[in-house]
Amino acid sequence: MASSIATRASAEADLPPPLKESGQREVFCGLTSIVWLHRRMPDAFFLVVGSRTCAHLIQSAAGVMIFAEPRFGTAILGERDLAGLADANEELDRLVAQLLERRPEIRTLFLVGSCPSEVIKLDLAKAAERLNRQHAGRVMVLNYSGSGIETTFTQGEDGALQALIPLMPSSSEQQLLLAGTLADAVEDRLIGLFQKLGIERVASLPPRRSTELPAVGPGTKLLLAQPFLSGTARALVDRGAELIRAPYPFGVEGSRDWMSAAAAAFGIAPAQVASVLDPLVERGQRALAPQRETLAGKRLFLLPDSQLEIPLARFLSRECGMELVEVGTPYLDRQLMAEELALLPAGTQLSEGQHVENQLLRVREQRPDLVVCGLGLANPLEAEGMATKWSIELVFSPIHGIDQAADLAELFARPLRRRAALSFA
Amino acid sequence: MELTLWTYEGPPHVGAMRIAASMEGVHYVLHAPQGDTYADLLFTMIERRDKRPPVTYTTFQARDLGGDTAELVKRSIADAVQRFEPEALLVGESCTAELIQDQPGALAAGMGFGALPIVNLELPAYSKKENWGAAETFYQLVRTLLKPQLPAPGAPKPDPARWRTEGRRPRVNLLGPSLLGFRCRDDVREITQLLGSYGIDVAVVAPLGARPADLQRIPTADANVCLYPEVAGTLCSWLERQFGIPCVRTVPIGIGATVAFLREVHSLLDLELPAELQPGADGVCEAERRSRLPWYSRSVDSTYLTGKRVFVFGDATHAIAAARIASRELGFQVVGLGSYSREMARELRSAAAELGVEPLISDDYLAVEAAIAEAAPELVLGTQMERHSAKRLGIPCAVISTPLHVQDVPARYAPQMGFEGANVIFDSWVHPLMMGLEEHLIGMFRHDFEFVDGHRSHLGDGAPSPSAATAAAAPAAAGAAPVAAPPLHAGALSWSPEGEAELAKIPFFVRGKVRKNTEAFARERGLAVIDSEALYEAKAHFSR
Repeated sequence: MASSIATRASAEADLPPPLKESGQREVFCGLTSIVWLHRRMPDAFFLVVGSRTCAHLIQSAAGVMIFAEPRFGTAILGERDLAGLADANEELDRLVAQLLERRPEIRTLFLVGSCPSEVIKLDLAKAAERLNRQHAGRVMVLNYSGSGIETTFTQGEDGALQALIPLMPSSSEQQLLLAGTLADAVEDRLIGLFQKLGIERVASLPPRRSTELPAVGPGTKLLLAQPFLSGTARALVDRGAELIRAPYPFGVEGSRDWMSAAAAAFGIAPAQVASVLDPLVERGQRALAPQRETLAGKRLFLLPDSQLEIPLARFLSRECGMELVEVGTPYLDRQLMAEELALLPAGTQLSEGQHVENQLLRVREQRPDLVVCGLGLANPLEAEGMATKWSIELVFSPIHGIDQAADLAELFARPLRRRAALSFA
Repeated sequence: MELTLWTYEGPPHVGAMRIAASMEGVHYVLHAPQGDTYADLLFTMIERRDKRPPVTYTTFQARDLGGDTAELVKRSIADAVQRFEPEALLVGESCTAELIQDQPGALAAGMGFGALPIVNLELPAYSKKENWGAAETFYQLVRTLLKPQLPAPGAPKPDPARWRTEGRRPRVNLLGPSLLGFRCRDDVREITQLLGSYGIDVAVVAPLGARPADLQRIPTADANVCLYPEVAGTLCSWLERQFGIPCVRTVPIGIGATVAFLREVHSLLDLELPAELQPGADGVCEAERRSRLPWYSRSVDSTYLTGKRVFVFGDATHAIAAARIASRELGFQVVGLGSYSREMARELRSAAAELGVEPLISDDYLAVEAAIAEAAPELVLGTQMERHSAKRLGIPCAVISTPLHVQDVPARYAPQMGFEGANVIFDSWVHPLMMGLEEHLIGMFRHDFEFVDGHRSHLGDGAPSPSAATAAAAPAAAGAAPVAAPPLHAGALSWSPEGEAELAKIPFFVRGKVRKNTEAFARERGLAVIDSEALYEAKAHFSR
């Protein structure tokens, strides 16, 4: 498998140029990332500086399903705040003080910029500096933008991680740095495997405790666990890290390539990699077989949403035998996607950006067996007789790694099996 | 600036979407950034609708801001009109677009769509909220469509009894039911049937299921029924003023209100009051027998409901109705009444005054949770947010109002209004209480072999369970976690093990209250340790 990497560079030429689309986009904004980031870092609080719409959005995206007091909130701008900016800054200071008093366990406070705060040019970087002085030693205040005029939903995580990077200590020690939120259990498993391969030091960004930031420096080799971290990757490379080019850890093949690319970067012999991973690959493929039976030959249409579309399309076509009708992505970072694009079947139609009405027309024309889409579109497409998979579920579910490949495939097989199981005759 | 963790209402443009999505033939062009499209899932996921709401978003991005966003607005409007061929067009903006001041309504008006009615929605996002936005949109839409029919100033008001001279049945409009409202779909069916059984027709139901042409028929009715004041109140007042259409304002939730509603409709339409609606010697009218609630409530099985302490919070319409039903028709004691609907604060205050409780007008769910904890009720009637608060406090809860969750959009017929609505209410409020009772009985009979250790009730792990409390009082029970009864006041007070054990014998649903009272009593007396004697002293003190 490792040898196939060399042949890939030229393969992208087989792809037709992506459709560039511009029209109504039907994508969550970067604020949504709070919903998984606050679970990853329980000692952090995410304070959106925005409008009632922002508060309503996060609530709706999270479902009304969080039983504890949430670790996110919104500082809702009112008419008075819009009248004069100095006022808005004072108000923000007051709210932050109030919040910290109520929640003494908070160690890191993210001020999250929104559409209205960007449009009125409320300087949250300055506000964060000021608040850091006010609450020095007690809490760290950071800022990033999750606004819908700047970001689609997974880009919010990219922004949050970039806010953490300047605070990471420097170190030239040899280490592997995994970037991107993973489920804790999956992360433990992957770190265990890297150590079996012989990579001793493995760190993660974001960390499980917001204050325990990993170090970064010339000895750091960076492996992206999520494909939507363009800015994070650039910022870490600027801090001296070396980016390991690899496909993303979805599916048996992608996960193996991902880990073996890391092993290669650490000079670990392919034989060692094979001895650790090949039994897992064999087991993973066995686990995948029943799902493949459901999925093989089925036609898949991915609407642009989470930035996971291209790696998922690669997995579902190569390992599950699905036929790709169209693969949408909110934006295409050719550098970070190079390894993935090379693995897509020849002729795969990509689309970048979105014009939701035109895209839905193509969906209706093509009648795929399965559509990957956002929550707002799922039920209407189901009502038109097409099975759907919510893209946001893929950000929440533990789907990374060889051991999870069958679970990942099952997420796509289930809607199809369900349709087949129902009968009202 | 205001700190919000959860919010009861969305922004006003979501209210406008509720009106557009409730209707047929209406399209809404919303100048909004990418991300505001989340609102679609309120309809397709929570309400489980099978089609997208009829909304075209401009989804402008940062790079558009340097250029001509007004051009983007015009392009979106032109596309939407061409693609959807609406019979009426709503044009508005979300909070961010409001700041860039493109005035999409004015742009649309200048685009030359001929006879297409265009409604320019100006919904101030930084001072108003969802229900206000819905009410304003409904009013503006009807006003635009009825403009050609406006009677001349000083024209005589239509006679609500003209149905008689016109030789037809009387008819009314049902105004206010909308998507994302609480059980509107079933309320409309229930009230339509109910009115039909008295020979009264429904002319127009709006916005739910109406087309613009239906709205133009509103003046053909003899009276309006303001079914949901939060959404239809503004419109009904305007129709009363401008068209002289009288309005029925009693909301028929609960037996008493349903009967009062029917009497009001009859009197407004100059219909003779049927015998079954006339009060008998005992004050009971025959029509009440159409519901099982009055009998179930009188039956011996309901004796245990007597004086149950209940806390009510929701939109003003449902909260006021719930408080009335709880106190009069179920024999509960209302220990708290509140609403997030500031627009109807006056109505809620007077309902609270009638019940002798302090009204709570707030959209801070933490303040509501604190008020619930303070009142220590045995049942909470609230929104989905109170359901979570109640779960944390270990109190049974039934949901009576928006904001809602997919589980509040049931597949079965489950109205809140009319006589069937009263049946539904009886079941859905009393069952959580019975579950609470069951919990208590499990505690009482915990030594019986059926009640094995580790029994989990519907309240789940979050609730303080009676057996855990007992176990904590008897440290011999190995591995038992101490009960998580929240100390309501910080201080040097402590409970002796024997005092704790005595406290644990008290039914869990009043235990919080007893704990608090006892601690207050002990503090007053300067006691440092509360033992069983102190507990009984306090009990005697508070029962006076």
